[in-house]
Amino acid sequence: MTKPADQFKWQELAIGFIVPEPGTAREYHTGDWRSMHPVWDEKKCIKCGRCWVFCPDMAVGQKPDGYFTMNPDYCKGCSICARECPTEAISMLEGK
Amino acid sequence: MADPARKKIGVEVSIAVSEAVKQCDVDVVSAYPITPQTHIVEHLAELVAQGELDAEFVPVESEHSAMSVCAGSSAAGARTFTSTASQGLALMAEIVYCVASMRLPIVMVVANRSLNSPLSIWNDHSDAMMVRDSGWVQIFVENGQESYDHIFWCFRVAEDEKALHPVMLNMDGFMLTHTIEPIEYWADEMVKKYLPPFQPKFRLHPEHPLTMGAFGPPEIFTECKKAQDEALIATMPVIERAWEELEKICGRKYSAVETYRAEDAKTLLLTMGSFSETARVAIDEMRETGEEVGLVSLRLWRPFPFAKFRDAVKNAESLIVIDRAVVFGGPGGPVASEVRSALYSGKKRPRIVNFIAGLASRDVQPDDFYQMVERAKKKIKDGTEDEYEIYGVRE
Amino acid sequence: MIDLDVYAPLLLPKEELFTSGHRACQGCAEALAVRIVCKALGRNSIVAMATGCMEIVSSPLPTTAWQIPWIHVAFENAAAVASGVEVGLKALMRKGRLPHKKINIAGMAGDGGTADIGLQALSGAMERGHNMIFVCYDNEAYMNTGIQRSSATPFGASTTTSPAGRVKAGQETWKKNMPEIMAAHGIPYVATACSAYPIDLYEKVKRAAAVKGPAYVHCLSVCPTGWRIPSGDAIRYGRLAVETGAFPLYEVIDGKYQLTFDFPKLKPITDYFKGQGRFRHLTPEAVGRIQERIKGDYDKLRAKCENVKK
Repeated sequence: MTKPADQFKWQELAIGFIVPEPGTAREYHTGDWRSMHPVWDEKKCIKCGRCWVFCPDMAVGQKPDGYFTMNPDYCKGCSICARECPTEAISMLEGK
Repeated sequence: MADPARKKIGVEVSIAVSEAVKQCDVDVVSAYPITPQTHIVEHLAELVAQGELDAEFVPVESEHSAMSVCAGSSAAGARTFTSTASQGLALMAEIVYCVASMRLPIVMVVANRSLNSPLSIWNDHSDAMMVRDSGWVQIFVENGQESYDHIFWCFRVAEDEKALHPVMLNMDGFMLTHTIEPIEYWADEMVKKYLPPFQPKFRLHPEHPLTMGAFGPPEIFTECKKAQDEALIATMPVIERAWEELEKICGRKYSAVETYRAEDAKTLLLTMGSFSETARVAIDEMRETGEEVGLVSLRLWRPFPFAKFRDAVKNAESLIVIDRAVVFGGPGGPVASEVRSALYSGKKRPRIVNFIAGLASRDVQPDDFYQMVERAKKKIKDGTEDEYEIYGVRE
Repeated sequence: MIDLDVYAPLLLPKEELFTSGHRACQGCAEALAVRIVCKALGRNSIVAMATGCMEIVSSPLPTTAWQIPWIHVAFENAAAVASGVEVGLKALMRKGRLPHKKINIAGMAGDGGTADIGLQALSGAMERGHNMIFVCYDNEAYMNTGIQRSSATPFGASTTTSPAGRVKAGQETWKKNMPEIMAAHGIPYVATACSAYPIDLYEKVKRAAAVKGPAYVHCLSVCPTGWRIPSGDAIRYGRLAVETGAFPLYEVIDGKYQLTFDFPKLKPITDYFKGQGRFRHLTPEAVGRIQERIKGDYDKLRAKCENVKK
C-alpha cells in the first residue's frame, strides 16, 4: 500500500521520482465520485460484453455466471454502459 | 619503452573531444548543428559512418529534440552524448532542467557562446549561466588537454551509481573548440580501467515496468526538490574520487578550485575557462614587478565547491572576479554574485571587485588583467568597489 | 446488431495494462482509447507520453495507472523521447548489452501535443524513419488546461480561447488535417480511428505496431466535459462523428488509401451537432457552410480510396 503523497519524507522518494511499482493508481477508489450507479437486469442481459468493452474505468466485471456487474471501487457512474447496452438491460439508479 | 599512446599530437580540440567520446564507446549521439559545436558533432558522424564508433547517430530537427532524444535514450539505459551552444542550449533549456530532476546521466559539451541578441557566434559564458540552476553537474575547462581528459571524467561521474546526474562540460567556443593544441591521447586500456560500462540503476524495459516523469502535486513537490538538491550535493565525493583516479591513470591533477601563486597573494584574480591560462601569464608578469597577485580558477561550478573556494581565498585582501556574462539590472556578473554570497558569512572577507570581460570573444590579454588590477585598486580607494564594470567598453 | 458484438470480449485481450483509479472525468472516451491502445500494444511496449489529460490523470505521484514502462518529459517532445528510446534500445541490442526482443515503442500525445506544439518533433521523428508508432488522442482542444482551442478544434466550436460571443462565433479556422500531413511524410502506415469503434481501433494499432518504420494513428477521443455533452454519451457522439463524415475512418497503407466504413449517404451534420454545447451557438448559415465542407472533404477522400466503389 503506497503512503499518501503528504506523508513522504524526502529520503523516502525513489531516485528521480520514478514510480517503481506498476498499477498503484488502483489504491485510489474513484468509486467515491459517483452519484448514480448501474444495475443489470439479468433477464434482459445477453452477456455480449459491450458494457465491459466500453467502460473507460475498467469498472465492469464479469461474474462467474457470465453476467456483468459494476466494480464499486472504481465505477464513476458515467452511464456509458447503460447507453451502449443493446438490450437496455442496464439502468442508472440514483445513489452510490 | 615509451607508450606510443602517450605522445602529444597537435589536433583541433573539437576533434580530440570527439575522439574521447568515441573511446567511451558511447551508444547514442543526438545533436543539432550550431556554431561553434559543429566540428564535434561532424567528427562523431564521420566516426560512425566509417565504422569506427558503433553508435546510433541521430541528426535531429532541433536542439529541443536533441535533448529529448537523449532523455529517451538514457532512460532506456544507453550511454548518451550531445553537444550544443548558445541558442541551442536556450532552446533545449526546458528539457535540460527535466533530465536533471529525472537523474538521467547524459553528458553534454557546451561550446560556450553568447546568447542573442544581437546574434553572436563568439565566445562568452552567457549560455552556461542561463542553466546554472538546472541541477546538472557543471565544469569549465581551460585548455585542450583538459577538454579531452574530462570527457572520460564526465561519463564516469554521470553514470556512477552514487551520482547518476547529467554532466555539462563547458568549453569556450572557438577559443578552445577551433584551436589546435597539443593533446596526449589515452590508450584504450586506460579508458577501460577508468570508465566502467554503464549499469543503470533504473531503466525503461518491459521486464520491470516503471513510470518516469510523473506529475507531482504540492503535497510532495517540495520533498522532490529537496531530494534533488541533496542528490546534487552528494555528487561531490564522486567528483573528487573521479579526479583522484584520473590522476592515477594519466598523471594530470585536476581539482574543483585551482590556485596559482595564491598562498602569499594580497590580490587574487578569479577566472573560469580559457582565460585562466592568460591570467597566469599576466600574474607571472605582475609578480616580476613586485605585485603580490595570484589566481583562483574555478573548475567546478555546480555543485559549488564552497569549502575549497573559501579556503583558496582566505588570505586575500582583495578578490577581483572576472565574469564572462552580464546579469542585466542585477549584481554585475553571475560568478561575482555567487562569490559574494559564498563569502558573506565569513568573519574575514576580501574586498570584491567585479569586472565583466571577454564578451563575444573580445580578446583579454595579459595587459588587460594588469589594467584590471590597477582599476580595482582605484575603485577600492574611491569606495566604488561595489560598482561592477564592463571592462574595456568604449564610452 | 451483428453477431460480432456477442463475442466482443473475446476479440480483445482481457488484461488491463492501464488500470482503474486514474483520475479522468466520468465518461472520458480518451481514457477508453488509451485502454484499448494498450491492449493492442501488449506488455512488450514502452510509452513516451506528452503532457496532457492522460499524462496528468494517470501519473499522480506517488502512484501510477501504468502497468507498462512509461515516461513523460514535457509537452512537445513525445515523439522525440520515443525516438530516443528506440535508438537507445537499438544500440544496446546491437552491441549485445541487451537481449534482442521485439518491444513496441509508442509516442502518445493529445491534439495539442501532436498538431501544435508537438508538430516539429513528430515531423522529425517520422522523417528519420524510427521504428515506432505515434498515437494522437484528439479531443479537439487543449482539454487539460481548461478547454482552449487547438488547430484540431473543428470550425465553429466554442472553446475558452475561441469563444462564441456577440462578435465572434467560435473557432474561425478549419481542423488541421494531421493524417494527411503524416501521409505526406511518406510513412508506411497512417490511420484514423475512434474509441467508439474499439475493435477497429485495436486492429489499427496492432497493424501500426507490426509495421517496420514509423506509423501514425489519429484517434478521435470524445470529451464530454469539453464538448458539453452528458457523460454517458461519449460513445454515441463518436459514432455520429464517423457517420456524419465529420471524422471519417480510413487507413493509408504505403500511400494507398482505404476507407474503413463507407457511408454512401452520410447522416446530416446537425445530427452530430445536436446536443453538443460547443456548437450550440451556430447559425443555420454556419451549419450550412460546415455541412458543405464536410461533404466536399468526404467526397475527396472517397475518390482517393481504392476500396470504394466509385
